[in-house]
Amino acid sequence: MGEAIVITSGKGGVGKTTTTANLGTGLALYGQKKVVMVDADIGLRNLDVVMGLENRIVYDLVDVANGVCRLKQALIKDKRFENLYLMPAAQTKDKTAITPEQMKKLCDDLKKDFDYILIDCPAGIERGFKNAIAGADMAIIVTTPEVSAVRDADRIVGLLEASGFEEPKLVINRIRPDMVKRGDMMDIDDMIDILAIELLGVVPEDEKIVVSTNRGEPAVADETSKAGKAYRNMVARLQGQDVPLMPMENIEPSFMDKLRMFFGLKARTR
Amino acid sequence: MDFLKLFSREDVSSKDIAKERLRLILVHDRANVSPKFLEMIKSRLIDIISDYMEIDEEGLEVKLTRMDKEKDVTVPALVANIPIKKVKHLARI
Repeated sequence: MGEAIVITSGKGGVGKTTTTANLGTGLALYGQKKVVMVDADIGLRNLDVVMGLENRIVYDLVDVANGVCRLKQALIKDKRFENLYLMPAAQTKDKTAITPEQMKKLCDDLKKDFDYILIDCPAGIERGFKNAIAGADMAIIVTTPEVSAVRDADRIVGLLEASGFEEPKLVINRIRPDMVKRGDMMDIDDMIDILAIELLGVVPEDEKIVVSTNRGEPAVADETSKAGKAYRNMVARLQGQDVPLMPMENIEPSFMDKLRMFFGLKARTR
Repeated sequence: MDFLKLFSREDVSSKDIAKERLRLILVHDRANVSPKFLEMIKSRLIDIISDYMEIDEEGLEVKLTRMDKEKDVTVPALVANIPIKKVKHLARI
């Protein structure tokens, strides 16, 4: 029986789809797990494009929910990575095309065949969000070090708690060590302090993400990418390994010590 | 004057400004308190206190903020500043 994880944020454009693609690919590639990534963003699908699988879509999530095709017919197997599959969203319909109950059933069916089901949640807190979380066992919240993104993340934490999610995990995306050092960007401690949830990982701003998205190849497989390394660390943490936060360039040693200490404490107390 | 102001602002790093603003925003978001609700509390306070004191209704201020409970532990707090004009005779009993 697999585990369904929803990747959500409230605010748009913070990196939900990129996070889903990289964690999904990473779990299949390094974790040797059978993984399916579900695009729950009906009407604005993009996970297929980020993964470079856009030309292989025949059926989608809505077709499965409505019984137009069988579950297996809508699954796209990624030929580059063993054990990695994509369940695309419909592009011509909207969020009301499926119900939370249908989504829950879909996840339950997928859990029989897969170790991990990663659900890429649409932005917002309306129907699309409710659909995306309906079948999930665990939630990952993606945020960036900006006031608007952190505010929305806090709202999502509240909504998830109200829906019975006990310990959502945080991914801080697009952090810029140079700006943190200047005091012009909130640091990791600041954000954990404010949101008070467990940290899964921190992804530095990395041009390689743009390049990898251009090519439709997830950065997690790129050994030279800093963001890719951050995703690989998260993949290990998701599987229960205790991996320290990676040192980021341009950060003073005292700050790094603080980070390590902080993560060490967090990892052990929870 | 503006020149000086510019410099005084630069003393506080923008991330600290962001953090402080966020904290206050989240106090409101989490408590789900609307300005209308605060106005309601305000008028009720005026009603009650007016029986005992003459207060400056214009200067009355009720706001949701944060306060330190212990070191490193802050809790949301409802703070009311109520300027007194005159204490009524009744209250001196």
